[in-house]
Amino acid sequence: MIDIEAFSCQELVELVTDFLEGALSPGDLRRFEEHIALCDACTEYLHQLRETIRIVGTITPDDLSLEAEAELLQVFAGWTAGAR
Amino acid sequence: MERSDAQLVEALRAGDEETFRVLVREWHAPLLRVAQIFVPSRAIAEEVVQETWLRVLGALDRFEGRSSLKTWVFRILANTAKTRAQREGRVIPFSSLQDPGRVPEAAVDADRFLPDDHPQQPGAWASPPRDLPEERLLASETRTRIAAAIDDLPANQRAVIMLRDVQGWSSTEVCNALDITEVNQRVLLHRARTKVRNALEDYFAVENE
Repeated sequence: MIDIEAFSCQELVELVTDFLEGALSPGDLRRFEEHIALCDACTEYLHQLRETIRIVGTITPDDLSLEAEAELLQVFAGWTAGAR
Repeated sequence: MERSDAQLVEALRAGDEETFRVLVREWHAPLLRVAQIFVPSRAIAEEVVQETWLRVLGALDRFEGRSSLKTWVFRILANTAKTRAQREGRVIPFSSLQDPGRVPEAAVDADRFLPDDHPQQPGAWASPPRDLPEERLLASETRTRIAAAIDDLPANQRAVIMLRDVQGWSSTEVCNALDITEVNQRVLLHRARTKVRNALEDYFAVENE
């Protein structure tokens, strides 16, 4: 029997973030998990999105330059002096 | 050691330079990314961050702790950046943060799926995700590629993925800092993450040809 409620793969990929964020409704969560259980390609897609998140997490954020930090500390020193 | 907002504010008011240095360093990258949503260049965003700290110090006596210190600082940043953007003659489309779902964007190109009128499996993968070589995912070239893909994102999506996945903020923290709803936060995060995955897939696909 064809489950008329089932997600297509194209629909599923749009729900991956909601799934990872725990934002799917109980019905959608059930349909999501049923689809993933039977679909290798979508399982791979979900895996790749998780891997993407993991690699993004290893990127180093922009560091404050020493000059900019020195300037801000001067601002702070000026503010402290003015506040006294 | 995590200090409470009240302790941080007290230390700043007492002129504790080390506390200021720690905050300025810790919040620099997030502040810069959020500022770039509003202003046209990184250089101007740097100035906006600087001006934000000035305003934060100037307003510190009025901080009442109704929101977290972080949220409060990011609200000041957003206001500072918006004012600066106006002065630069830049109009920020309302939809860029408040209604990102209005313009649809596909996580994966539609032509990778069977058409809607396919008799057996409409919307099923026609061209499934290509394998990513696990052993090379954390190689420095891969990470350089990922960083470039993030740089190519629209500023609002870039800010959200940086805050969530690089800085490790919670969705609530991001929503508060950007003053957006959970739904819009997820739309922006979804678009950012799926584009970065696409870039990764393309990178290895080209290499294997």
